[in-house]
Amino acid sequence: MPIIKQKDYKTWKKFDRKRDLQNWLCWFLGTLIFSFCFGLISSKTIWFYVFDSHNEALDLLGRMFPPETNYFFTLIKPIWDTLNIATIGTTIGTLISIPLAFLSANNTTPSKKFIRPLALFCIVSSRSINSVIWALLLVAVVGPGVLAGIIAIGLRSIGFCGKLLYEAIEEIDENQIEAIEATGANKAQIMTFGIVPQILPAFTSISIYRWDINIREATVVGLVGAGGIGIELDAQIGGLAWAKVSVILLAIVVAVVFSEWITAKIRRFIL
Amino acid sequence: MNDKKVIWKRKPLIKNRLLRIGLILLISTYLLSVFLTTEIDWQRILEGIPRGKIFIFAFFPPDFTTRSDEILAGIFESLWMTIVATIVGILISIPVSLGAAKNIAPKFVYFLSRGVITLSRSFQEVILAIFFVKLMGFGPFAGMVTLSLSTIGFFAKLLSEDIEDINKSQAEAIKSTGSNWFQWVNYGVQPQVMPRFIGLSLYRLDINFRESAVIGIVGGGGIGSTLNTAFDRYEFETAAAVLIVIISIVMIVEYTSSHLRKLIK
Repeated sequence: MPIIKQKDYKTWKKFDRKRDLQNWLCWFLGTLIFSFCFGLISSKTIWFYVFDSHNEALDLLGRMFPPETNYFFTLIKPIWDTLNIATIGTTIGTLISIPLAFLSANNTTPSKKFIRPLALFCIVSSRSINSVIWALLLVAVVGPGVLAGIIAIGLRSIGFCGKLLYEAIEEIDENQIEAIEATGANKAQIMTFGIVPQILPAFTSISIYRWDINIREATVVGLVGAGGIGIELDAQIGGLAWAKVSVILLAIVVAVVFSEWITAKIRRFIL
Repeated sequence: MNDKKVIWKRKPLIKNRLLRIGLILLISTYLLSVFLTTEIDWQRILEGIPRGKIFIFAFFPPDFTTRSDEILAGIFESLWMTIVATIVGILISIPVSLGAAKNIAPKFVYFLSRGVITLSRSFQEVILAIFFVKLMGFGPFAGMVTLSLSTIGFFAKLLSEDIEDINKSQAEAIKSTGSNWFQWVNYGVQPQVMPRFIGLSLYRLDINFRESAVIGIVGGGGIGSTLNTAFDRYEFETAAAVLIVIISIVMIVEYTSSHLRKLIK
């Protein structure tokens, strides 16, 4: 942080001249990239629609209000389905992710050369495919319905939980394992008494966190036919019944806020 | 010496016995009620397995060449969308995250900003995209708006938590020099949250690219549109190629962003 002498007084500046120039160059390049990308997007945009969108939005809001409150009672079953998709999907995902995480953690994997890359590949590919795309594929196989949603959410959760869990396994305290080993414990006993207690807090918080995300994800898998509130949403948007759509949106907000509240409560209780 | 063997038992996870049994009962009733209320059509699944096999085999061999122009155009569109949306989203998130930090904002602004964050977090990108496509027409602009708005919920929430954790004495030192509010934020708060800021931006860039692959399915432009077109034309070989391209790009983006994040730490 240099002090620069000007004619008759000193001023303090945050950076010297070189750093200032570097910063300026970064900003310049960033702006250049941004305007280049934006130009490409805007060349594919019909600006008339964009400038007209506020009218469209007002029109839509006018159609959405007042919401058809009676419709809420038909939504109870889809909401229940959505919660189930998230909960059972998370359970399946976390259960499968446990062995995968043990296979891909550096310190517990049986073979670093062969099994670890395989397990890591499973984790990465599950992470890169969005649950909607999983649902799209699964609806074709097991048919539309809640089951496809559960499996889609489960498959998507494997990667997320597996990745965070194997990072937690890699960070465990080796001394505790050595202490257990010194008592003459076998491999399984080392696992249950040395490793599991150390990763249990991480495991709980990961599963709760994923459950919270999955509530959100479960609202959309229905759009491609995989059960839950998304099916209703798709049907009502298709039928242009906007007064019902607003009820669905409200229900989603309530469900998400509720799940956030529960996760915060559980986390405070456990950790 | 007494012959009584001393047996060590592991402590139970939950100390209160009543609570333990109650929880087990609660979970089992829940599972039972789920099982009873979900209709699973085993007939359909049995029928579906050979159909699924045909479906999956239709993906092989992946066909990169026939529609290579569309695939390339889709990827680049997704990339532009991701970059612009991340930048715009972060620019909007900065004031929101300042407002959502308890130690900076007055109560009224705090609740307003928290409301914005909750609203943006409640809706999945796909649902937002449906509405923006309806409002602004098909194409990457609607996708970009969707991604920018959903960036706010993620970015502002995590950044505001970091702002709440700043070292107070540093901020106070700046204040005691007689700085105004903007100088205080610029010299007292911003340098402290900068590492987290850069890390979060890279992470969000990675997420936005992944999401851009799905919002195309509902008309938001990008590689998702290419995927959707391929599905609609029953060109599953092309769809497989698009999926492979998405997976590999996501992997590349994820590795670079996690590597960069480690480098910055």
